[in-house]
Amino acid sequence: MGAGWRWEVFLERTPFGEGTYLGWFVSGLGVTLALSIAAWTIALALGTALGVLRTVPSRAARAVGAAYVDVFRNVPLLVQLFIWYFVVPEVVPPALGAWLKGLHPATLMFVSSAACLGTFTAARICEQVRAGIEALGRGQRAAALALGLTLPQAYRHVLLPMAFRIIVPPLTSEMVNLVKNSAVASTVGLLELAAMARQLVDFTALPYESFVAVTLAYVAVNLLVIAAMRVVEARARVPGFIGGGR
Amino acid sequence: MTARRAAAALACSIALATAARAADPGPTLKRIADSATISLGHRESSIPFSYYDDRQQVVGYSHEIMLAAVEAVRKELGLPRLQVKLTPVTSQNRIPLVQNGTVDLECGSTTNNLERQQQVAFSTTLFVVSTRLLTRKDSGIRDFPDLAGKNVVTTAGTTSERLLRRMNDDRKMGMNVISARDHGEAFLTLQSGRAVAFMMDDALLAGELAKARRRDDWHIVGTPQSREAYGCMMRKGDAAFKEVVDDAIARLMTTGEAEKLYRKWFLSPIPPKGLTLGLPLGDEMRALYASPNDRALQ
Repeated sequence: MGAGWRWEVFLERTPFGEGTYLGWFVSGLGVTLALSIAAWTIALALGTALGVLRTVPSRAARAVGAAYVDVFRNVPLLVQLFIWYFVVPEVVPPALGAWLKGLHPATLMFVSSAACLGTFTAARICEQVRAGIEALGRGQRAAALALGLTLPQAYRHVLLPMAFRIIVPPLTSEMVNLVKNSAVASTVGLLELAAMARQLVDFTALPYESFVAVTLAYVAVNLLVIAAMRVVEARARVPGFIGGGR
Repeated sequence: MTARRAAAALACSIALATAARAADPGPTLKRIADSATISLGHRESSIPFSYYDDRQQVVGYSHEIMLAAVEAVRKELGLPRLQVKLTPVTSQNRIPLVQNGTVDLECGSTTNNLERQQQVAFSTTLFVVSTRLLTRKDSGIRDFPDLAGKNVVTTAGTTSERLLRRMNDDRKMGMNVISARDHGEAFLTLQSGRAVAFMMDDALLAGELAKARRRDDWHIVGTPQSREAYGCMMRKGDAAFKEVVDDAIARLMTTGEAEKLYRKWFLSPIPPKGLTLGLPLGDEMRALYASPNDRALQ
């Protein structure tokens, strides 16, 4: 089976004189990483804000958070992406829509995909943050308020710092899922890693080499994410509080 | 994570990615006879060659020819019944799916060229097309040089994609080439204003026009960039199967059946909207019907 491998194909030049097939692979990996980082930034910021909303005393605020989660968690990711890419530029004010469609096509694909993955993952992070805050017990919140902290101060200095330490493991899973989910961007034409795999197959006629390389790249990225988050988890651990008793 | 576990994870992913390689099908006809099943590849939006109609049935010019070839295979093998398994394919995955045995025969809108002959075999030519541009009448686009610096859409994995990207590189035109997943999505990209033109085979462009909201807003322009012959795809090196398929197609052409199919799909109302493409039968197609062959045009 090994006899047929042609790994040297990655060093061959593409038909368009822009470099080698390895260059395509690397650029696809770069787009996947950039997309994952952009989407994660959106997801963490928005998800934290929504998670807080779901735990504040105001019933209206909690309802807003719950409605967001219901919508974004229950619509297939692929459908959400098509809405962001094909529908949103048509329904926003015409000037903004024209500006969006006038962007470089790859930029519009990237922005739509980052918005889609970010808002989708935010719904999941929202639930993690809520769970983290609720796991703390009512005493923490009551004690913080009794000490004279305002509600925002209680979240900023007491509740969120503790909650985030608890939810590092599930956040790691979300991050890994985000990297994998980023492959949906290939369906609107963004040349990220999964799209690059198909393009490599198409141009080199070597499906096995192409998909093995891309599979390994995804695994490697996610192993790095997991390793990095292990370090974060160990550093942020509060001894005696969450699994840190060793 | 320990190094050993990381290594094990890598090994698993390699195994996953290479599992498909183990399958090495024997001669196609023998397998079809043994299982009484033939696997066909079809397209989802190659109008009017192979596509879903309004009831989600596969229809089209190439599809009817493929079914005639299946009937010839059934007779050749003397089978009372031959079960047909339909698999939708895209421009990008059709060649790997034929190679790995998922699909025995694919008749849609696949160009037979010398480069692809390295990977798969092609039947007698079904149709001859030229690659051109579909654009809005008021776009000001008359020919390929007008596309410099503009967004242009085509379908990923097609000969047009290569021609367009090579033209962009050779003539330094600064086009932004968008590669859509299939012809339907490419036309959607054009219609929504994300691209000024859609480069594709002229017959397929006429097919996309048949589902446009306002057909009169659009027209097909530009100097043809290539002439291409469509054929059915099969695995390479299976002469017996190719002969049955080739003979079936040639028989359709020489008996006049193919011309009837042409009139049905190109000169009569077709699904999904009951519009007529109105592509007259040209000299090139007449010549093909008179003397069927499997030559690549490039």
